[in-house]
Parts: sequence; C-alpha cells; structure tokens
Amino acid sequence: MTTDVVGVRRTEATIGLATARRRRGPRLGLLVWWAIFLVGILYFFVPLYATLAFSLRAQPMFGAYANVADDSRFIGSLIYSAGIGIVTIVVSTLIIVPTAYWVRVRLPHLRPVIEFLTLMPFVIPPVILVFGLLRSYSGEPFGLTNSSFGSDLLLVAAYVVLSFPYMYRAVDSGLRAIDVRTLTEAAQSMGAGWVRILWQVIFPNLRVSLLSGAFLTLAIVIGEFTIATFLARPAFGPYLSVLGQDRAYEPAAVSLISFGLTWIAMGIIALLGRGSRQRVQVGGAR
Amino acid sequence: MGFLELIGVQKQFPGGVLAVQDFNLDAAPGEFVSFLGPSGCGKTTTLRMIAGFELPTAGAIRIAGQDVTYRPPNRRNVGMVFQAYALFPNMTVADNIGFGLKIRKRPRAEIKSRVGELLDLIALPGRGDRYPWQLSGGQQQRVALARALAIEPQVLLLDEPLSALDAKIRVALRQQIRAIQRQLGITTVYVTHDQEEALSLSDRVVVMSDGRIEQIGTPAEIYNFPATPFVASFVGTLNLLPAQVLDAGTGRLSLYGQEIRSAQPLTGGRTNGAVSIALRPESMELGEAGGANRLRGPLEDVSFLGSIVRMRVGLGDGASFSLDTFNDPNLTLPAVGEVVTVSFPREATLVLEGTAIAPPADEMAV
Repeated sequence: MTTDVVGVRRTEATIGLATARRRRGPRLGLLVWWAIFLVGILYFFVPLYATLAFSLRAQPMFGAYANVADDSRFIGSLIYSAGIGIVTIVVSTLIIVPTAYWVRVRLPHLRPVIEFLTLMPFVIPPVILVFGLLRSYSGEPFGLTNSSFGSDLLLVAAYVVLSFPYMYRAVDSGLRAIDVRTLTEAAQSMGAGWVRILWQVIFPNLRVSLLSGAFLTLAIVIGEFTIATFLARPAFGPYLSVLGQDRAYEPAAVSLISFGLTWIAMGIIALLGRGSRQRVQVGGAR
Repeated sequence: MGFLELIGVQKQFPGGVLAVQDFNLDAAPGEFVSFLGPSGCGKTTTLRMIAGFELPTAGAIRIAGQDVTYRPPNRRNVGMVFQAYALFPNMTVADNIGFGLKIRKRPRAEIKSRVGELLDLIALPGRGDRYPWQLSGGQQQRVALARALAIEPQVLLLDEPLSALDAKIRVALRQQIRAIQRQLGITTVYVTHDQEEALSLSDRVVVMSDGRIEQIGTPAEIYNFPATPFVASFVGTLNLLPAQVLDAGTGRLSLYGQEIRSAQPLTGGRTNGAVSIALRPESMELGEAGGANRLRGPLEDVSFLGSIVRMRVGLGDGASFSLDTFNDPNLTLPAVGEVVTVSFPREATLVLEGTAIAPPADEMAV
C-alpha cells in the first residue's frame, strides 16, 4: 500500500517535472530561434541600412535618388540591360528546354555530360569567355563587333552561356517534378507530335521553373559588368561602375534601387507560381 | 486472322537482356486479353511494343491487318491508360479528354459533345472544368480512360491501371472498365500482376514468365488446367507435389506411397517416371465424399481465413498439402494431430511437367 502511495507520489513528481521541463523547453527553444532570426535579420539588413543611410547623406536628403532619376543613362542602361536580358531568356529557354527534355526522355545516359557542360560558366571566368568571343567573331568573316547589332548578338550569346547553369537546373528540376516520360507517351498515344508535346504539355508545366530560371538570368544580366564592358555596350553594370568612380552617394542609391527591382521580380515569381504547385502533380491518389 | 496480331515478337534491350521472346498472340475484335505475370516478366514491354513506345528486335505487330511494327506511336490510333494516370496537369478534365480530338482537328462542337458523352460514360458528368489535382485517384483514372477512348482507338491498352488505387476502388473501377469495354466492343489488352483482376476481367489470359508465354487460355482454363508448373503456382493457391507414375495408360500415380488416379491417361508420361501433381485446395474435401481419390495423413494445422478454413495435412517426409472448406458456424473440425481422410475427384488431379492432360471439352467453358 505504502509502496503504491510512494509509487503514485513518484509518478506525480515525475509528471510534474516533465511538465515543468516541457514548459521550460519550448520557451528556451523559442528564445534560441528568435536569437538566430535576429542575427539573420541583422546580417542581411545592417548593410542595407548602412547603404541607405549613406545614400541619404547627400544634400538635399533624397538628392542622390533625384540625381539618378534625372540621369538619362540610368534609365537607358537599365532598359538596355532588361532588353538584352529578355532576349537572353528567350534564347536560353529555346535551347535549354528541348535539350533538357530530350536528355530526360531519350538520352538519360548523357545527363552527366550535359550537367558538366552547363557548369562550364562557373569554371571559365567571363573575361576569358569575352576574349574568346572577341577573338573568334570580331574579325573576318564575322566582323560582329563592327556594328551595334553584332555586338549585341555577341553579348546575348555570352549571357546565354552564363545563364546555362541556372536555366538548366531550373528546367531540369521542373522536369523531375512531372513524370515527363509518361506525359510524353500519353500525348503520343493521343496522336501528338514532338512540337505539340513540347508546346502544349511540357512548357505549360514548366512555368514556375522557367520563371525561376528567367529571373535568375535577368538578375545576372542586369548586374553583369565584365562582358558588357569589353564589348563596349551601354549596359547597367558598366554604368554602375562609372557612376561609382564619379559620384559618392549615387552608387548607393542605384544599388538600393536595383535591390528593390530584384525583390519586385521575386514577388512576381511568387505571385505567378502561386496555386500551380498542385498542378504539377502527376498521378497519386488524393 | 485476329484483329490484333503479334507474330514471333522479340525484344532484346541493349546489353543483351531478352525481355520478350517468341511472343505470338491473335486477339479477336472486341476481345479483352490480359497479360498476367510477375514483375519483370516482359508483359509491360510487350504492351509498350503494341503502343509503339518500344520497337521489337524481331517479329511483327499487326492491327486490323495492317503492319504497325515500325509505325510511330502517334500514328497508330492506339489508346493507352497508364498506371500513373498521366493526365496533363495544366489542362482541365475536358481539355484532357478532348486533347486527341483537337489533334485530329475535329470541330469544336463535336469535341464538346464527345467530351460530354465520355464524362457521362465514366460517371463524372459536369466535372469537365476541374483540374486533375482536384479529383481523387479513381476519378483521375476514369478521366484517363475517357481520354484514351475519346480518339476511338482500334486497340485500348491498359498498363496496370488500378495498381495505384486502394482495394475497394480497384474492384469497383475494374467492373466499370469491363462494362465500358463491353459496351464499346473495343479490343483491349490489360497488363496486370494481379491474378484476380486478370481472371475476373478477361476473355483470355496470357500468363508470362521470363519474357515467354507460359499459357494462353480462358480464365477457367488457366485456373483449372494450368499447362506448366509456373502457371499452376502463380495462378491461385495450389498444392504442387512430386509423384511417381505407376501406370501411364490408366493414369495411376503414387503420391508418397498412396495411390491416386488422374482422369485421363498420361500421354507424355512414362511408367515409373517422376511427374508433378497440382491439386487445388478447394477441389479437395475432408472425408470420403469428395471423389474417388483418397489421401490419409495427420492434420497438421488449421487456419481461419474469413470465409474459408484452410487445413494442412501431412503426407510424410515433411511433405504436406492444403485443403479449403467454407467457414460454417456449425463446422466441426478434427483435432490437430488426428489422422484424417481427404478425398477429391480424379479430374482434380493435374499432372504437370510435360505430361499435362488436355482439359475435357465440357469443363473448358468460361
């Protein structure tokens, strides 16, 4: 009986201790998570705040932003880079999607080779790439650098190469999320040919992946400096560099503006991608 | 000449793997044929060759007399239903069903009306504007079936279409598939590893193993008269026992020292030769009323399996066989260890390994 009572008391004590631990446990865990979160916030936002504070030192307060807005080269270079970026996205999509699709459906053994090739832009620095392009295409018979259009072509070609790793990975992970082979076979059994399969079945189901790859590509193109400088193109990267040499506060203002534009782009990805996650599901009972 | 013909079809993959060999089949118009076998037996590869997704390394495939062996899949007019449904996630149910008709450039009104008909056929009226992810697995597979039927294919191929569904839906959907197939009279090839599915759905079953056809027959033939030990062991529960031929002419056999008889003479069996005996548990009865053949041995085990009770009876040398009886609340069973007599008709004694007996004509009907 006594043992029972003691046993019961012990059990109650153990339960009490456990409850206390449980109460203390989550609080401590929550504090640790808050601390990590705060460190993260500081890590990301202190430099931004410092840049903002620096850009506001100009007299009057928003003078740097006003100067940037008044500078026709700012808008001009931004529009130029955005235009080149869009062309780059279109060209790399037209190259990468059919390639990644064909490799996945018909040539899976070539996947490691393609992956290795798409990683080359990480291995070869842009300066080497641009010198290679200039050596190969600036002289006869091509003479591409003799005209603005020719130089733009070279710039797009170089950016398409630079965007390979991002586009290929985005597209490949999108293809992995859908059962490409079975969807292809289903479409074929309905009578569809390759062009229709790509256009009506594969592309629509890669929307989110393509958007991710596209915005990464756009971000790279807008910030790129080396290739645009060597090809003497009026792009945003070289403009930012020149601005940094001449002015004190304006580069900080431009950096913040481009940061804001990047966030807007990310927001667009999230907005367009919303609600399409479930649509990429193939099979599987609900 | 059949409607769907596979003549000496063979498929060898790079690396030398022989997935399908010497496959011959004639399917009549409107016939429902199932390919049944374990994983890796070549049944899906054969189906994919009919669809055009794989090319045979030898042989020919004909549909309605036309050689389609090397015709691309999008020019075969063959509908296919996949295990993973394979509905286009970016399209609504109506767009999925109408996809093949759009490719065939049918007028919009005709597509709409056909889609409506098919939605009624698969019992999903008014669901045309839903997306695949808004449907259950069973509903998705019905849409996949409607999509395959929309193009009015010459042959309908189903590749384990019910495998991803739970048991209840599977049974309901397979009955629906069969009813629709009968209604439309479309020649159908159905791949499954589920013997119950194959036996309950098909006009004929092709049992496959290691890329070869083991037996082609009606479900009754396959179940009651398996041609090979593989078919006997794969389809249904079976007692497969070694026996000695005492007299091939009269079908006398010795099973662990006990004499039994087969219904017909052993045409290929030599006297004193070793053969395999196949006995279905449900064809045997406890006591002496089950038929002319008798076996005696100790009752080793009794298991209740719901509607049936399975008993295991020893034959000596560690060998035993099972027999089934219906579970009746008034059933009284002998105690485990008690020596029992089991009886069965001579017709229930199937002799395998090259001495397979031809089934009597009146028992071959489905």
